[in-house]
Amino acid sequence: MRVLRVPCTGRIDYMMVLKALHKGADGVIVSGCHPNDCHYTSGNYHARRRWMVFKKMMEVMGVDMRRITFSWVSAAEGARWAQLVNEVTDQVRALGPYTEFRQVIGAGIE
Amino acid sequence: MEAVIQRAKELLEQGEVKAVLGYAKGTGSARRPHFARQAGQLDKLVMDEACVQNLAVYVTKHEVKKLGKVAVVALPVTQRAILQLMAERQLRDGSLAILAVDDGAVKELDSASALEEHLALKAQVLNAKDKASLADLEAMDQGQRWAYWQKELSRCMKCYACRNTCPMCYCDHCTMDCNRPQWVPVASHGIGNLEYHMVRTMHLAGRCVECGDCGRACPVGIPVHLLTIGAEETVHELFGQRAGHKAKLDYALSTFKTDDKESFIR
Repeated sequence: MRVLRVPCTGRIDYMMVLKALHKGADGVIVSGCHPNDCHYTSGNYHARRRWMVFKKMMEVMGVDMRRITFSWVSAAEGARWAQLVNEVTDQVRALGPYTEFRQVIGAGIE
Repeated sequence: MEAVIQRAKELLEQGEVKAVLGYAKGTGSARRPHFARQAGQLDKLVMDEACVQNLAVYVTKHEVKKLGKVAVVALPVTQRAILQLMAERQLRDGSLAILAVDDGAVKELDSASALEEHLALKAQVLNAKDKASLADLEAMDQGQRWAYWQKELSRCMKCYACRNTCPMCYCDHCTMDCNRPQWVPVASHGIGNLEYHMVRTMHLAGRCVECGDCGRACPVGIPVHLLTIGAEETVHELFGQRAGHKAKLDYALSTFKTDDKESFIR
């Protein structure tokens, strides 16, 4: 697993998720503080809306959404974070490499 | 059409507008946009079933803004696009004379509030063909949707016609042209096409007026309009707002409610 640190969920551009898949990630966790708990007052509320639209767009495109996990985990929830990461890595391992997406990364490049 | 030409002539001759933007005969049965800057050029204007392009794409161009006040022959989609451009502060209220032609009669709408009132009279209806295509997409499973879009997008050569014909894609600096950092690969290979269309869809979610011009502009017939229309419908479903109906509208993705409902965030 590779961690990309950002200051706030509000900073998570959906392009970052796409880029993770582009770089060959088989699964992505998108995570940050719970709503109402934002250091920047409203970052996660904005993020929530963006994810709602983004998730639907990805579904329409036919992306395997079992590979992208959204979760609220605060900085004080170390145990919960460890549990989430273990669960998701097990789940992604069970799914195996995201071959559908990897084929597209290679497609059309001579 | 005579009534529109008559009114346009008056506006031009009185110097109230510097140009009239409408449709003229193009190649074959196609219609093309037509700028009349003198009264003598007005008789080229036509209005029929074949006039489908959303003319609002021209009114944000520097060359057109430079002309001064312009009269626009406006279908409902053009009216919605103009109102949305005003809500996004890309057009000044009162900078256009809008000649609404949707009821046969000509109605002159000079301000954002007049546009808003006019548009409120009729509900926005998605055409049956697009509705059916969206339902077909919805009925597919994830693998089928992926295969469908991969097959369609494999024809994309990234000519950016869908971007350039869209009245809402007015940014001088587009993410697609940005190469430092380069988020989206320039080449029209698999991942370049996929990411381009994903980003275009996200940028238009909550702003698309559902004219379908992007799909019509595509030279290889990819139904790209289904993506943006689908995203717009999603925003309407989730947040209860539509682009192109209000003179003042908070962009759906730059505002929030504390009780926005989702079920997928663990």
